[in-house]
Amino acid sequence: MKRIVYREWRLAPARYWGILGVLALMVGAGLLAFAYMEHEGHWVTGMNNAVVWGTPHVFAVFLIIASSGALNIASIGSVFRKPIYKPLGRLSGLLAMALLAGGLMVLVLDLGRPERLVVALTTYNFKSIFAWNIFLYTGFMAIVIAYLWSMADRKGDPFIRPVGIFALVWRLALTTGTGSIFGFLVARQAYDAAILGPMFVAMSFAYGLALFVLVLMFGFAEDRRPIGARMLRRLKNLLAVFVLAVLYFTLVYHLTSAYGAKDQGFEGWLLFGGGVYTFLFWVGWILLGSLVPLGILYHPVRGAEAPWVAAACVLVILGGLAALAVVIIASQAYPLQLFPGKTILESGFLDGVGGQPAPYHPTLPELLLGFGGVGLALLITAVGVRVLQFLPESLADEVLPIDEETIEQPVAKAA
Amino acid sequence: MSEQRAEIDRERRRLLGAAAGAGAALAAPAVVVRALETTPRDNPADGRVRWGLAIDTAKCAAGCTACVDACAHENGLDLQRPPEGATPADWAAQRAVWVRKVRLRDDQTGRETNLPLMCQHCEHPPCVDVCPTGASFKRADGIVMVDRHTCIGCRYCMMACPYKARSFIHEALSDQLSHVPRGKGCVESCNLCVHRRDFGIPSTACAEACAETGHGAILFGDLADPDSAISRFLASEPTRQIREDLALNTGVRYAGV
Amino acid sequence: MVNAVSTTRTLAVALLWMLAVLAVAPSASARNYVVPGSEAAGLGACVEPTELMRRQHMEFIKHQRDRTVHSGIRTSKYSLAGCVECHIGHDVRGQAVPINRADQFCGACHAYAAVDLNCFDCHAAVPRGPMAGPMAEAARRAVGEAHHGQGAGQP
Repeated sequence: MKRIVYREWRLAPARYWGILGVLALMVGAGLLAFAYMEHEGHWVTGMNNAVVWGTPHVFAVFLIIASSGALNIASIGSVFRKPIYKPLGRLSGLLAMALLAGGLMVLVLDLGRPERLVVALTTYNFKSIFAWNIFLYTGFMAIVIAYLWSMADRKGDPFIRPVGIFALVWRLALTTGTGSIFGFLVARQAYDAAILGPMFVAMSFAYGLALFVLVLMFGFAEDRRPIGARMLRRLKNLLAVFVLAVLYFTLVYHLTSAYGAKDQGFEGWLLFGGGVYTFLFWVGWILLGSLVPLGILYHPVRGAEAPWVAAACVLVILGGLAALAVVIIASQAYPLQLFPGKTILESGFLDGVGGQPAPYHPTLPELLLGFGGVGLALLITAVGVRVLQFLPESLADEVLPIDEETIEQPVAKAA
Repeated sequence: MSEQRAEIDRERRRLLGAAAGAGAALAAPAVVVRALETTPRDNPADGRVRWGLAIDTAKCAAGCTACVDACAHENGLDLQRPPEGATPADWAAQRAVWVRKVRLRDDQTGRETNLPLMCQHCEHPPCVDVCPTGASFKRADGIVMVDRHTCIGCRYCMMACPYKARSFIHEALSDQLSHVPRGKGCVESCNLCVHRRDFGIPSTACAEACAETGHGAILFGDLADPDSAISRFLASEPTRQIREDLALNTGVRYAGV
Repeated sequence: MVNAVSTTRTLAVALLWMLAVLAVAPSASARNYVVPGSEAAGLGACVEPTELMRRQHMEFIKHQRDRTVHSGIRTSKYSLAGCVECHIGHDVRGQAVPINRADQFCGACHAYAAVDLNCFDCHAAVPRGPMAGPMAEAARRAVGEAHHGQGAGQP
């Protein structure tokens, strides 16, 4: 095993600026969409008084939980003592910060009064999970910066593990908190489930890792740096386990709801009669987002081929967006059960007459704002790897550290 | 219908008259005090009072929207116009509604019920719990409302409300009433005609309109005062809360559901 | 060290203020923003001395608004409805002109000072509806009582 060497991303300037240009365009379109929504008001979106959170929130929540998950690689390296992941720690930290910035941008720019952000940062109601999350998000940013420093600076070495443990605990709280934004809502049939907290943790692991692997593969391919079979096998196995974990929580979540009579109406609607939401659930979340990637990742031949692993990552990400669309939008579209055992025949305000779901049709500005957040996250990453030494020069089998740290062979001696 | 409107307008003119009188009396300030029929509150809202509504669904008539119309008139909601380019379907889902009529049928028995549904002014309001900035709050006298100076428009309260009582303002407004500030990007809902509470005007627009139609299905009053009409009604009639299972101790109670 | 820093800062702030005063004072005396024909035009001063109102009106309104929204107190002389009622201008047909318009009392000065004015995103920019009169009257009475040393508007 050799010493790991980190190098800036060395692309030809034309190529590099081309990539930056595309990402800047995405961010610019997102900002334009924001300006339009802010000037006109939210009527130009598909969101309404029944479906109050829409496409922007799907992207924002996706990016925020993926941010926490992207840091997993660093955690596994330094907290769980798997030296093979250590070369990826820096990129993991950078991507975590970038994704969080992208997610928060979308979240903040969708506010009805975004200019009052300072109010949100200075006035708190500590009974609100949302208020806790403001601290969890800003704190996460600070901790990841400290973590990156400890990983990159020679003097930081003794701090890597303590800071890593702190970051791990913090991001578990962050994702649990994000899931609890929904899980603690007693009023809605689809929520009011504590399992959404751990389910979001599992989702964050899967989506964050899928994004991380894609960014890593793209970055390495562009700069002709090698990723060895050992590393690829590690990453794809990890991704498969996380996708399985999401499936497990999904199963328990829906079994719980389907068991009691009170939520059977919701389950029946979502699983069988919910139109586009049923499609998003079965085809998006379960089939393309979970089963197909699992099939690829565990395939004896395809699972070892980089393009197939990349395809699996893309599917996990698309499936993740579908899953969050179901968790966030479908759960609101299903009418509130105000009068159990009664059917609403007429209502002056979208109460689900005859069990009809609330309308929601996403509009272009919402989508552009969401893509803008993705663009910002990737833009920050692209700038980061270009100007600082985030990417290891090689992940070829022979330069990688050992997989496991054992008592007989502690990493300090091996290095 | 038009008769109710006329009655409300008469009430308005009475107040407008008072205002005009006040204006005319500027030259002779001594007259002003007598011309006014309102008494503005000069001490903080009283925690010994809990405002609420009792709704007798047996008296609530199918097809009647007097309470909804009166609310819209009182709070300037009838001044909202769809933004140019909004489809009627979008507008139906995006305009602000503080009170709506709902008609229900029992799945087992087929019995139909009509009722008005608005903010239930919970003792333990989920919207207040979840608001990140504390803009959603409960006043000492039990009125749940939004301080739109600190509302950032995140809509989490709307996610949390079991009654879908709140509306987000999706478009820019310019013709608000002086006593009902409301604007783009903030959330709002029924506030039990808080301006009436603070200026000593009896009842709420909805209860008043319902009484004027002769139905008298809505009773407004102080739940904390055992001698108030609403307390006597609630003491004698079986009533329940909507989503009683959530144990929110709502300030709006329904008989006959 | 700390003292030196804070003294420097105080000096800097004082200097900035003086500059601001110098910049504003001549223009303020040269131009009278109070709209002719409004009720305010016939009065000597607002609810506080003019100089104080110029610099502090936003603070007065801000503290007042919390007491009104959260406690329901409506007898404050710093009522926004009172501002609008007294300072509103009218067009030739006698119609009230929105007070935040660039040629009106609030709008003109805020445009001049380039300070964003968002009260009227939500608040009525003209007296509108049956309560406008009573609301303004409550403020008017508070001023009157304050002048008589009763300290109205303070709980």
